[in-house]
Amino acid sequence: MAAVHGDAHGHGHDDHHPSGIMRWITTTNHKDIGTMYLWFSLAMFFVGGTLAMGIRAELYQPGIQILEPELFNQFTTLHGLIMVFGAIMPAFVGFANWQIPMMIGAPDMAFARMNNWSFWLLPVAASLLVVSFFVPGGAAAGGWTFYPPLSTQGGLGVDLMIFAVHILGASSIMGSINIITTILNMRAPGMTLMKMPMFVWTWLITAYLLVLVMPVLAGTVTMLLTDRHFGTSFFNAAGGGDPVLFQHIFWFFGHPEVYIMILPSFGIVSEVIPTFSRKPLFGYSSMVYATASIAILSCFVWAHHMFTSGMPVVGQLFFMYATMLIAVPTGVKVFNWTATMWRGSMSFETPMLFSVGFIFLFVIGGFSGVICAIVPIDIQVQDTYYVIAHFHYVLVSGSLFALFAGAYYWLPKWTGRMYNETLGKWHFWLSMFFFNLTFFVQHFLGLAGMPRRIPDYALQFADFNMVSSLGAFGFGMTQVLFVYIVINCIRSGEKAPQKVWDGATTLEWTHLPTPAPYHSFEKPPVLK
Amino acid sequence: MANSKVQDNITMMKKLLIFTVVMFAFGYALVPLYEKFCEVTGINNLLQPDILVEDNWVDTERWVTVELDANTTGLPWQFKPLQSSVRINPGEPVSVMYEITNNTDREINGQAIPSYSPRFLDKHLKKFECFCFTKQVLKPKEVRQMPVQFVIEPNLPTDIHTVTISYTFFELPDGAKAIRDN
Repeated sequence: MAAVHGDAHGHGHDDHHPSGIMRWITTTNHKDIGTMYLWFSLAMFFVGGTLAMGIRAELYQPGIQILEPELFNQFTTLHGLIMVFGAIMPAFVGFANWQIPMMIGAPDMAFARMNNWSFWLLPVAASLLVVSFFVPGGAAAGGWTFYPPLSTQGGLGVDLMIFAVHILGASSIMGSINIITTILNMRAPGMTLMKMPMFVWTWLITAYLLVLVMPVLAGTVTMLLTDRHFGTSFFNAAGGGDPVLFQHIFWFFGHPEVYIMILPSFGIVSEVIPTFSRKPLFGYSSMVYATASIAILSCFVWAHHMFTSGMPVVGQLFFMYATMLIAVPTGVKVFNWTATMWRGSMSFETPMLFSVGFIFLFVIGGFSGVICAIVPIDIQVQDTYYVIAHFHYVLVSGSLFALFAGAYYWLPKWTGRMYNETLGKWHFWLSMFFFNLTFFVQHFLGLAGMPRRIPDYALQFADFNMVSSLGAFGFGMTQVLFVYIVINCIRSGEKAPQKVWDGATTLEWTHLPTPAPYHSFEKPPVLK
Repeated sequence: MANSKVQDNITMMKKLLIFTVVMFAFGYALVPLYEKFCEVTGINNLLQPDILVEDNWVDTERWVTVELDANTTGLPWQFKPLQSSVRINPGEPVSVMYEITNNTDREINGQAIPSYSPRFLDKHLKKFECFCFTKQVLKPKEVRQMPVQFVIEPNLPTDIHTVTISYTFFELPDGAKAIRDN
């Protein structure tokens, strides 16, 4: 074993934990909890994906074929909620759990017991969301943004959704407190803030954003709950409230939220690209400042989601320029990744493919974002498929592709075995093809005026919708391949060496054996 | 882990928990903050009487049709304007009448919320008197006629020839105070 720097006690502890199901329920080990987060988010990814398949099946042809409009609305609403809160966010927390302690040389997360809690709240919230399909009136159907008056009028499904959001919020806040404390207090001696890997930096900033805005979301859904059941009128015009107030408070949370879902993926890509370019990350400190700038700016742009809600022109201009300003630090990041690859000795294993694909497609999503920021255009494309295309380019080919990149990158370290490189490449190229088939045409649909969240459409949209649906079915099938690759890797992959990627420089590759031992860095590593 | 490190971690957690609670409260604080913001900037200020400006200029060259609309939501009243529309010169003070009828055998509190079309009409509409500024209490079978007095200012964009003023009555719980915008 190559664990020469302070992992001498590593294997002695393996048999101390209970076995069987109790191991997973009671575990306080960051690696176990990270694994559970990742499996959970993968499961939710397939639940949300099934809903997406239902949506695309209905939209395959004009007219109503499969889903009644009420059920269709429930599908779009729950697809959004489950993908955002059940798949993408927990997946990043899973990466944080596995990687942050290993990357900063800490033995575990700061609050191991709380870590267990923040995970086990998730299945509870997820079952509330899934069960809500089967209560009278069905699941929430007013869109994932649950604007009133629809959300104040809906049935029991909306209450279940509100409780689910409360629980998910509590879980996220506990997770963030844990991550911030771990990063600030538990770094190995010599690991100064400006020596931390980019992934750790992006998560530190993300966690701060989470504790900043998640409580506001909790307040918003609480107001919704009291409006529904306890006679308050925060959002009810009949009682002197204002539904537009909801939009302002919701997007105060909602806009930072989209950066919560993308910053950790910037971190993953910033680890993968230097490794496979065999060069250090170009402009490390500018990356840190760019991440912080994006996070700060993200708190001042919320009303660009509300340009059509009747805002004074001065307000529209402010939010338009502030939104466009975010393109500057984001551009810094894209140029830094490109400069990292420049004249690097590059190789294109699956993690690198997903990272390069991420840059390519995320930039498309970024540009359509700048287009949406322009007020007169936004008023045209508001609530059309153009917006759908935009945010799927940043969330699927952005966050999700980065998650795949990270999964392939660290899977050998976690499991001790290599995944099948050929299948991994197939997974990437199929995802790339079908993703663009699904979502690129949605730009055209949106510009032509097809509204989102509607189960039927005018005949002139039929061809592009059929293309988009075929792409979506292909994309869904391709993700089953990912599950096969992961299981195949765990069961029968080839044994992986300690330093799987020759260009990797972070602590988990240089200081820990493969697979990473159950307890790592009980004595802090010696950093040069 | 050394004890001092555990202590440091707990201190950190306490700070972050306090921050979380503060942010939760901030979410609620946004409600009065937005109300104050709208009051100061004059946005959405529909339930406050405006002050009559003396030297009002009347554009006698121009005619605007004001359509009057009335709705109720969730309360068993009849509510209608006595005339469905009026033709006016911008700048000229106008008075129109609405009528509400309580057809039930119980006393009901209600208040009307205005809504305008086009949406920017609130910038050009000055209301001096309106039944919507206060709550209305109707005894069983009571009928009441109520005026709205307003001026549409001559600076209304010239491409606007028809505007709509709409009111919707909502029921207020017994003993509730009138809704004010702030």
